Amino acid sequence: MNSQSIAIDSPIVERARSWTRGKHAGDRIYRAVLTLAAVSILLIIIGLIYELTAGSSASISAFGIRFFTDSEWNPSANHFGALPFILGTLYSSLWALVLALPISIFTAIFLSEMAPRWLERPMSFMIELLAAIPSVVYGLWGLFILQPWLVKNVETPISKSPLASLPIFGDLANGYDMLAASMILAIMILPYITAVSRDILHAIPKSVREASYALGATKWETIKGVVLPYARAGIIGGVMLGFGRALGETMAVTMMIGNAPIFKLDLFKSGYTLASVIANELAEASGLYRSALIEIGLCLFIITLIVNAGAKLLIYYTAKDINATT
Amino acid sequence: MAEASSLLKPSRRSRLRVMFSGFMGIVAAAAAIIACGALLAVLVYLAINGLSALNLSIFTEGPVPQGQPGGGLRNGIIGTLILMSVASVIGLPIGILGGVYQLETNTRFSRMLRFLTDVMNSIPSVVMGIFAYLIVVLPVAAMSPGHAFSAFAGGVALGFLMIPTVMRTTEEILKLVPVALRDASLALGAPQWRTTWSVILPAARGGIITGILLALARISGETAPLLFTAFGNLDFNVRLDRPIDALPLNIFNYATSPYDNLHHLALAGAIILLAIILVLSIAARYALKGQNVE
Repeated sequence: MNSQSIAIDSPIVERARSWTRGKHAGDRIYRAVLTLAAVSILLIIIGLIYELTAGSSASISAFGIRFFTDSEWNPSANHFGALPFILGTLYSSLWALVLALPISIFTAIFLSEMAPRWLERPMSFMIELLAAIPSVVYGLWGLFILQPWLVKNVETPISKSPLASLPIFGDLANGYDMLAASMILAIMILPYITAVSRDILHAIPKSVREASYALGATKWETIKGVVLPYARAGIIGGVMLGFGRALGETMAVTMMIGNAPIFKLDLFKSGYTLASVIANELAEASGLYRSALIEIGLCLFIITLIVNAGAKLLIYYTAKDINATT
Repeated sequence: MAEASSLLKPSRRSRLRVMFSGFMGIVAAAAAIIACGALLAVLVYLAINGLSALNLSIFTEGPVPQGQPGGGLRNGIIGTLILMSVASVIGLPIGILGGVYQLETNTRFSRMLRFLTDVMNSIPSVVMGIFAYLIVVLPVAAMSPGHAFSAFAGGVALGFLMIPTVMRTTEEILKLVPVALRDASLALGAPQWRTTWSVILPAARGGIITGILLALARISGETAPLLFTAFGNLDFNVRLDRPIDALPLNIFNYATSPYDNLHHLALAGAIILLAIILVLSIAARYALKGQNVE
């Protein structure tokens, strides 16, 4: 695969396939059609940004910067503040990351460094399969199985124990809460982080590990002292990709989080996220209400864009580093 | 002598190091078991309960009013197939031609385009839904009062979501077609469009089909962008300018309803949706295996 793509980029090939040379009438149409497709992708992106901005202009001029610091969301009074949604999105995604991170990194280490081939194949296949399950199906499982289980085996015992005095735990509510949403998000991003981290670990040259073994390091010392530092930026990139997915994840969270526009640190209380409020309310909204929801969409777009761009850069530079040293 | 034997015998410290290494191995294995266990729990639950909820009437009956027994997912299944067709009509030409464009050019614009498809791939589907809502639903509502949501709007949202996947896989697979094939065709005097159409695209067919199937698998379960575009419809509908039901919308509405029989319908819907995705994914692998570029 690599040698092929190198051959294609070589200058001789470049000249041979310089596509502006064809003088045939059909080639002119061919070029026009291809350029049209390429430009339409550009137009979709520009159109998306323009439409989101234009659609939220009423809300932007009505609330300005206060939109992001105001925590009251009251459609009947035409008063809109997005703070509970922004905090709810970040808070649930962060907890999802905290829950998923150790398990997915250790699973990636297991798959790449320890598991025999007969075990690695089916496990990897299953993890890829789980990344393909739609959000709404995870939400259904969460509603029917995870949420009752959490209430019975996690929330009730904690609320009766001394841990309940911590600010992140409180009295039991109805079970539609931050904890349930974070758990389902954790299960959903686990396959992503595991797959990206495993790929990065696989890409690290064997010679690096062999050098470490030759110096007398044990397997774990090699992983901790040599492999992981080598893969660090790439793994952080994979983790950020998972975080970006969690931020934009809609249906499963909407079904689990309780949809109350209040932000509390307490994991046992309902919350709301940017994506969920759009999913629940946009179809029926109009006027300033609709504009505020579109501004929330714009906000979500910008946040995921920043997180994903950061992730892509980290993965790109790690891959470049690995290629440079081999 | 004493020194030599102490070199050969592992010291207490090194034994501890080896033991710790083994212990961390167990920790990693435990993490893998937890991960696969949680994921198996999802799959096994859906398989058992979804399959037992399946019966023939689910495929032949439409929805019934909430609280009444019976009902089926016919409208949702047909709606999802229609939405996927509309999405393909919009997304496939742009995606495939965009991929060919990437192969044919290497300019600043084409590099920017590659970056933009990456951006597009990371846009949350709910945001893409807002875009379809703004460019299709709202203008329709402004022009003809009483109408707003439509199957077409849902198809637009899903079609845009397909573009990045189709375009990237097309580009990757076209790169694998040997340059010699192209050169041979051009040397025989074939124009470039003819070379692409008759030589390059047939050689890359399997890979392009893989990209299409993976993109279809991705959009078949999308729910959020449909909530305010296709909207859902209690009546049977195949018209593109009317709201239409979709399988993921059924699953969402029925799972969050308080009725037991609707929960069963939601589970049946989930297993049908997973079956669609599984078939598409396996077909995608199969198409790639049939791919022979050499």
